[in-house]
Amino acid sequence: MAEKLLLTKHIDHPESHTLKHYQSVGGYQSSKKAITTMAPEEIVALVKESGLRGRGGAGFPTGMKWSFIPKTDKPKYLICNGDEGEPGTFKDRKLLENLPHMLIEGMIIAARAIDCHQGYIYIRGEFNKGIDIVSFAVEEAYKAGLLGKNIQGSGYDFDLAVYAGAGAYICGEESALINSLEGRRGHPRLKPPFPAISGLYNCPTVVNNVETLCNVPHILEMGSAEYKKIGTEKSPGTRIFSVSGHVNRPGVYEIELGTPLIDLINIQCQGVKDGKALKAVIPGGSSAPILTAEEVGRANMDFESIASLKSMLGSGAVIILSEETDLVETTYRLASFYAHESCGQCTPCREGTHWVKDLLGKIRKGEGSQKELDLILSLSRNMEGGTTICPLADACVMAVRPTIQKFTSEFTAKFKTNPEEINKQELIGQAG
Amino acid sequence: MGYQFSKNSEDTFKKIQGQFPDKRSLILPCLYFLQRDQGFVDNEGMQYIADRIGSPISLAQVYGVATFYTMYNKKPVGNFHIQICSNISCYLAGSDGVTQAFCSELGISKGQTTKDKSFTVEEVQCLGACGFGPVAQINDRYYENIKPQDVSGLIQALKAEAK
Repeated sequence: MAEKLLLTKHIDHPESHTLKHYQSVGGYQSSKKAITTMAPEEIVALVKESGLRGRGGAGFPTGMKWSFIPKTDKPKYLICNGDEGEPGTFKDRKLLENLPHMLIEGMIIAARAIDCHQGYIYIRGEFNKGIDIVSFAVEEAYKAGLLGKNIQGSGYDFDLAVYAGAGAYICGEESALINSLEGRRGHPRLKPPFPAISGLYNCPTVVNNVETLCNVPHILEMGSAEYKKIGTEKSPGTRIFSVSGHVNRPGVYEIELGTPLIDLINIQCQGVKDGKALKAVIPGGSSAPILTAEEVGRANMDFESIASLKSMLGSGAVIILSEETDLVETTYRLASFYAHESCGQCTPCREGTHWVKDLLGKIRKGEGSQKELDLILSLSRNMEGGTTICPLADACVMAVRPTIQKFTSEFTAKFKTNPEEINKQELIGQAG
Repeated sequence: MGYQFSKNSEDTFKKIQGQFPDKRSLILPCLYFLQRDQGFVDNEGMQYIADRIGSPISLAQVYGVATFYTMYNKKPVGNFHIQICSNISCYLAGSDGVTQAFCSELGISKGQTTKDKSFTVEEVQCLGACGFGPVAQINDRYYENIKPQDVSGLIQALKAEAK
């Protein structure tokens, strides 16, 4: 099976991050086309037709997101979300460090489509190398007249600045990211109003993921019909998967959407590490419900196939778990993550994530019983489905509950031998 | 005379001022300047930031931001701030053993700083390098695929670098 390399065709070239190299392989032709020959509506229509869906997590159609921007005299803002933080995900880091000009070109086109003159690239603070490389690329683009006033003689102006986050997973949520960029605590905002109506500095704003924006120059170059030949009907294009865990060759792989998951494991990643049997796979980042080995055999890597297995493609982070994995421990690690990253605004999340972590901690130490397991399941019902401003609590539930349901015996095997010893008062005292 | 931006910070501050329509956006970058200049953020430095950005930005607002984000050190850390990822992919690759190796090599527990203030060891959440675990961030640099037996040599190399 041939890899359909669209974004990552030149990624392994040692100079792939330079303007010189990017232009030598046709870079900035699409942005030129967009700002000199196309009307904004045409660009939006083209991206809509291409069927491009967001690569950050939610998979929202990109062209539609752009079309929500109202025609007003207010300034409009475009933000690239490079706050990659979903455990298991490391593809945007690769794109930022190796293909910054593809991102900048995608942003110029997106900006033109929504009639915006100021963009920001928000990168998580830990990615020092990525921040340096992207900042340098922005300077290069300014010097070459590809950014700033009157880009490539088109009369169109677009300014771009790089902004470093400071270590908060929640800032990957777009309204929290906007607050962070405004110099506030990264609290997600109540919606509506959606960012398209009132986002950054209360102006219409589009927030797109790094990989999403990197797809845009290719759509302009190929046209929507050609682009749609890649992938499946409802999930066109390629996807860059971050594969980690128990495989022989972990890494970042761009494959056609719709590729069987088992092929990604066995062909690109050369199988489960040390020839062990597969136990389970988390297919789309830590917030995606776990798939059993049997379900993995039926899964194709596109939005619909994974959704039919009641999981999601999410951020494209595939975590492979071999037969030797202690799922109680991995689930505890994930719950600890959500407890650490909850912003604290909403009670079900602030309290719930910590309870889930503490209860799992008890089971993990061999001090738990059916009561703890039941309490996790009961709590989880109050943490999901719109009880909170943003989906962080839902994500915690998705990372924990399906694992308990599909692999119950792994949890019960760790129960304290005599469950009668657990008294309810002690449980409440410890978990609170 | 209290804290002032270093020359480098001052230059960058002037450069980025025009990038944001609302000067409140300068709080996060300024906190990075402060941290880079003196290793951590304190009230005096935050008051300076509030004054430099100017009204209506107050110390309370700067403090509110600084305490939300984990990358701002609210107290001094060692010259080498070793942050080891403990999340799922790094755990699967053996990060617990690496953390333990750092702690025993330096004779401290997680979250502590060595007496000579050279090293701080901390466990952190996902660093976004999951395919190359176990991963540690030491100051601005990422170290990938670390094995417990590499730790001793790594610390020696850092000590040599500091000299």
